Amino acid sequence: MSKDKITFTIDGCEVTAQPGQTVMQAADAANIRIPQLCYLEGLTPHGSCRVCIVKANGRLDTSCTLPAVEGMVVENNTEEINEYRRDLVDMLFVEGNHICPSCEKSGDCELQGVAYELGITAPKYPYQFPRRETDASHPDIFLDLNRCILCARCVQTSRDLDGKTVFEFVGRGPDKKLAIRPGARLADTELDITDQVVGSCPVGTILKKRVGFAVPVGERTYDKEPHPEQPVSE
Amino acid sequence: MDKPKLATCSLAGCFGCHMSILDIDERILDLVDLVDFDKSPINDKKAFTDRCLVGLLEGGCSTEENVHVLESFRNSCDILISVGACAITGGIPAMRNNIPLTECLSEAYLDGPTVYNPGRVLPSDPEIPLCLNNVYPCHEVVKIDYFLPGCPPSADTIWEGLVALLSGKPLDLPYQLVKYD
Repeated sequence: MSKDKITFTIDGCEVTAQPGQTVMQAADAANIRIPQLCYLEGLTPHGSCRVCIVKANGRLDTSCTLPAVEGMVVENNTEEINEYRRDLVDMLFVEGNHICPSCEKSGDCELQGVAYELGITAPKYPYQFPRRETDASHPDIFLDLNRCILCARCVQTSRDLDGKTVFEFVGRGPDKKLAIRPGARLADTELDITDQVVGSCPVGTILKKRVGFAVPVGERTYDKEPHPEQPVSE
Repeated sequence: MDKPKLATCSLAGCFGCHMSILDIDERILDLVDLVDFDKSPINDKKAFTDRCLVGLLEGGCSTEENVHVLESFRNSCDILISVGACAITGGIPAMRNNIPLTECLSEAYLDGPTVYNPGRVLPSDPEIPLCLNNVYPCHEVVKIDYFLPGCPPSADTIWEGLVALLSGKPLDLPYQLVKYD
């Protein structure tokens, strides 16, 4: 027997979900904020950034991949879980080269957005300062892997929405990185400025050329309020 | 009662954070009521004469001299605050960190497209501080107590942070005042 509604709680608030919805989808529909980074509507949830972790029936899991289940007890906005989230975001910052003052995306960057939201002033881990590639060969698009957080949005968008498979991951563990066709530069790929993948990057890895400062710093997405794309109810 | 002492320094920074301190405008008159300046580029005092309550640090550590100054601040100040992106992350100077130091020096002094250096001499005068292998954020060298991010942090951020500290109130900066750029 399948029910047409699922009822569970997030931080004690009763939430209703449709069968098949994830905890994050149900929370979004109920205007309950769960910090999120790699999730992008229209793509298959990947759970790679782990920022949206919650405790469901006492067990940690990513809310973007976790199906809502009848009677489930979800902890979301607790100091314990926010501390895990800060650790995760800290690691994303120190593993790459995120020099915010030199980045065109600063202020519109979703990594900054969650860091601001979580109240991070300085990471607790030592910076790795890895050596990463940049590619400015394409006439309309920059690629700067210094800022890549391996969220897989571009891999999925290029493959599933653009039908092109311009980007792919290579390597494993600490050697995992975003790559294009071996031996090719970005200009040699099918990538076009009108592709959806260009807008899919949460950080400053895939950037449109010549528009970086069209909106001045101070008036950008995350400059005045946290996650304005998703209103929050008290 | 003597006023608490405040010291400031610019390590591997651009003095932008010090400009932001001056940007508190007429509130500098209130600041003078709250603190006395000890070692600082603002009063051009070169050495500590007193123990300080607060030290404000701009810039990360790029040279051995930066490390010595930072250690003297840790030894002379009760509370150290990293002010700005360079002190907290290494910032723009840290963009050299993923290039070996020898490559950086040869690009700057030997092989760069506009370099004229027929003797192919690298600077080695004992008066010039030696470069560290990497640029380090201050908290990777000594213990730092508080962080005020920004490039630079706005005058309001620095002012609110300092006043909260000096008046013993909890620091609760509004969202708009904590930015990384």
